[in-house]
Order: sequence, then structure tokens, then C-alpha cells
Amino acid sequence: MSLSSARSASGTASRVRAGRMDSHQFGDRLLLGLVILLAILWTVPLVWVLGLSFKPNDVLMHSTGGILSAPFTLKNYADILASSNVFTWILNSIIVSGGQTVLTLVVCSLAGYGFARTEFPFKGVIFALVLAGLAVPEQAIVIPLFKMFADINLHNTYAALILPRLAVPFGVFLMTQYFRAVPREIEEAALLDNASRLKIFLVVVLPLSIPAQATLGIYTFLASWNDYLWPLISASKPEMFTLTVGLASTQMNFAQSEGIGFLMAQAIFAGLPILILYLFFQRHIVTAVAGTTVR
Amino acid sequence: MAFADLSRSRPVRAAGIARPSWSNLLFVLPFLLLYAGLLVYPLFQGMWMSLHDYDLLSGESEFLGLANFIKLFRNSIFLGTVRNTLWFVAMTTPAFVVLGLALALALNRASRTGAVLRFIFFGSSVLSVTIVTLVWRMVLRPDKGLIANVLEWFGLPPVPFLIDVHLALPSIAGVTVWWIVGLPMMLFLAALQQIPQEIYEAAKLDNAGWWRTLFSITLPSIKRTVILVAVIEIVLQFQLFGQAQIMTQGGPNNSSRPIVLFIYESGFRDWRLGYAAAAAQILFFLMLVAASLQLWLGRRRQGGEA
Repeated sequence: MSLSSARSASGTASRVRAGRMDSHQFGDRLLLGLVILLAILWTVPLVWVLGLSFKPNDVLMHSTGGILSAPFTLKNYADILASSNVFTWILNSIIVSGGQTVLTLVVCSLAGYGFARTEFPFKGVIFALVLAGLAVPEQAIVIPLFKMFADINLHNTYAALILPRLAVPFGVFLMTQYFRAVPREIEEAALLDNASRLKIFLVVVLPLSIPAQATLGIYTFLASWNDYLWPLISASKPEMFTLTVGLASTQMNFAQSEGIGFLMAQAIFAGLPILILYLFFQRHIVTAVAGTTVR
Repeated sequence: MAFADLSRSRPVRAAGIARPSWSNLLFVLPFLLLYAGLLVYPLFQGMWMSLHDYDLLSGESEFLGLANFIKLFRNSIFLGTVRNTLWFVAMTTPAFVVLGLALALALNRASRTGAVLRFIFFGSSVLSVTIVTLVWRMVLRPDKGLIANVLEWFGLPPVPFLIDVHLALPSIAGVTVWWIVGLPMMLFLAALQQIPQEIYEAAKLDNAGWWRTLFSITLPSIKRTVILVAVIEIVLQFQLFGQAQIMTQGGPNNSSRPIVLFIYESGFRDWRLGYAAAAAQILFFLMLVAASLQLWLGRRRQGGEA
């Protein structure tokens, strides 16, 4: 945005030094042209794979060159609908990501409000200990987590897939930041009416936090949907795979070229729902992912 | 804290808001239980396991002291994974910073074209790692791959990207940059839009050229974001796993095996949980060192202004 407004704001200056401005504008066009070229290169792999997904497998066994020429087929997509586990995996992913998102929002909103707006003994120490958890990467704890869930025989269940990520303190941090910015006066009026803290939270403060809930919700859902390491470790039965893990399992015999079209159709079929969501909620997704990373 | 609040609050507030009470702990209790059980406990359990030889089936464990760590430092495959991971971080982090910044500078415009281009470059980041590997294994194949097809039109031989010892890890790095360069781009864009317009207008009046403006206004103004992006990427890229596990299985000849893949295989293929936990401690330590080093360097260069 700054480039364009800087250009228009300097209108008077450009009349004085017309030659210079022209060369600047030319440079800007050249830059834009280069970036457009790069963007086309960026999308070529996806477009090519989309093309492959409409080609018969036996044709692809001989050549993957002419994706623009006949024959085309929808058989690869029909095969997905008919036989593969993809639907089970999508359902699992929806349950796991949805469950994780709802529980994260509930737990983190409560905790965020508690840390931001209420007083209890040792609050400062507890909050510092929670923040320290931000530095712990998933890889440092997966081995003991695997053992814990194995000890109580919980692997290959939705609980095992959902629970571990709920302990990540990031959402608490985000909600604490948000609730700290809510004006205190809003609560004070309710306090004078002798309302309980829980009631104030639910009726007065929570409705104000919907933008923050949306940000944290989208971030959690996307991170959970694309999560790979823990579901790979915890779910060993194909019927408990999430979509991300399931797609990994179908790629393992990639070397045999039978079924290239089928594999590529799977990639498109699995990627499309998220890309469509991205198309509609681009602004929210970007804010959620980029905005939450900064904090 | 409570007293500080009371002293500067009006009488109304003293009536309730700042009064400490154990019952308020109930707000944070659900999270604290999850945090203690599923993060703090496993963290210490992992450290404990790393000092033991752990048998999952019998549940028996034998105290080994630092033997797991000593064995790791003598294991050339593990040392190779450390080298590969550092090399991967060294390849990707500068690429994310430079390309992310270049894209942000070029696309920091209000036009529709800018919006579409931003949409494209960020779009691949929403895909899961397994979709990315599915697409790119196809693109990089020496037989029937997209790049091989293009090379063939020019009469050139195919390049064995994922099969060559020297090309496998750089290829994974390239795929990773394609996958998530949108994140640094968006972070840089957010930072660029914080720079006050007046500074640029003043520079225009001073007849400052594009490069001059870039180096004396833009870059100094977003120094903090550059450091932030570098730290985020270092921490993220240390965790390389899915791309390597699926695209090359760590090969050829271990040339693309990262630390996390080593942890995964020691733990869940060889079932040596203690050994894997020890390797995980080393990864955690390396990540902390790298991130603090980067933060410290950044602070120093800024002269403590952060």
C-alpha cells in the first residue's frame, strides 16, 4: 500500500522531475512483471498435477507430457469416491480438528480471562511458568507422550489425537493479551450488581472477544488439520488416520507408476477443501496465521 | 500486583475486581491440568527416559546415566543428521528472509494485481505437508516428472533431484521454500505498512532513489521483523520431518536425514525409546541455542533498542 500512495502523494514533485519519475515507474512495472512471472512458475506444479488427475492411468504410464491433449477421464475421481479410505480420513480430520478447535477455545478463553482479569495467589509465577512452555517444541515430548498414551491404552482413539495439542500454551497467551485490552469499566458496572465472575465472563466479556476467538479458532483448526508427526505416531490403524497421515500412507509405493492419475486426484481432492476455504476466508486465515506468529 | 492495582484504582474497583481469591483459580485450572499432564510432565519424563534404556513391552527400564548421549555422539548417522539439519536451516532461513522480503517489497501495493499475487504466494502454505510432497515428488521425478519433461523438450537429460546425494537435501529445501514462503512475506508486509508515509515523502523531496530509500529508510524500519522472521524460521526449520520422511526417507545414503526423522525411527521403528528421547533432548538444546543466539545478535546490532 505504501508504494502506491507514495506515488500519488508525490504528484507535484513528479511534474518537476518528470524524467526521473518515468524511470522509477518503469522500474516498478519491470519488478511487477518479474513477480507475475514468478507467480506463474509458482502455480505451475499445482496446475500440472490438476491436469494429470484427469488423465487415464495407462496413458500416464507411457508419458506425462501432454496434459492438454485428449484422452481425459474422471475415473480417478470416481475411484476415490468408490473405494478409497479418503472419506474416513476426511471425517477423522473433521472430528479431530473440530474437537481440538472447540476445546482450545473453551480452555484458552477461560484461562486467558483468569490470567488477564482476575487475581489469585501465585498468579504471576503460574503465568510465567505457562509462558515458558512456549519454548518447548513438540519433538521434545513426543516420545514420552507416546509412552503415556500407550500405558493407558489410548492410541488409535480420537482422545489421543485431540488431547496433546490442548496443552500448548500459545492460545492462553493470545487470549490473555486480548482480555487485557478490554476496558475495565465494562466489568465494573456488572460487579456493582453483584454478579459472579463467571457470569461476568460469560455474559459481558466473552461476546466482546469474538474476533480473537475467530483468529485462534482458524489458527488451531488449520494447524490441527495439517498436523503430521503426532497423528502419524499415535494412529497406527488406517481407519483412525487423519487425512494428512492417510495421504502419506498412499504415497509410500510411489515408485510404481501405476496409478499416477489416481494419486494426483487424491492430492487435488484432499487439497481442494482447504484451498476453497482459503479462497473465501483469505483475510481471516492470513491474519490468523501471520498475526498469531508475531505475538 | 494486587496491591498495586488497589492503590491506583478508584473506590468502585476496590469493591471487587482486584480482590485475590482462590476461586478465581478455577478459570485457569482446566488449562493448568492439561498443561501439567501433557506438557510439563512429558518434558521431565523425556529427560528421565533419556538417561535410561527403556523397554516398552515389559515396561522395565535400566538406568544408564549419560550412556545414551555418549552413544549418540559416537553415532556417525546421528552426527550426520545434526549436520543435515543445520545445513537445511542454513539453506532455508536466508531464503525465507530474502525471498519473503523481496516479495513483500514488490507486492506492497493496493492494486488488485497485488492482492491476487499475495493470494498466490501465501496459498501453498495452507496445504498439508503430505499434499506438498505428493505434488513435488511427481514434479521432481527423473522419469515422467514435470521438470524432466521440460528438460526433455530442450534435449537435456533429467536431473535426479531426490536420488542424488548432493541434490536431495537442497531439493527438499527448495520445496519447503515453495511451500511456506508466504508466511515471512505476510510478516514483512505487515511491518512495511507500519512505516509512516511521511518519511517516504520526505525522502522523495530529497531526491533519494529507490535503493537509497530501501537501505536508509525501509530496512532500518523493519529491522525487528527481519530478526523475528529469522528466529521463527530457524525454530521451524529445525523441526524438518515430513518432507524428508516422505520424499527421500532420509536417503540416499542418509544425505537428507534430519534429526527429527532420526528420533522418529529410533523411537517407533527400532523401539529404543530412551535413545530417541536423548536425541530429542539434543534437538531441543540446539533449537534453544540457535534461537537465543539469533535474538542476542539482533539485540546487539540494534544497540539494545528492542
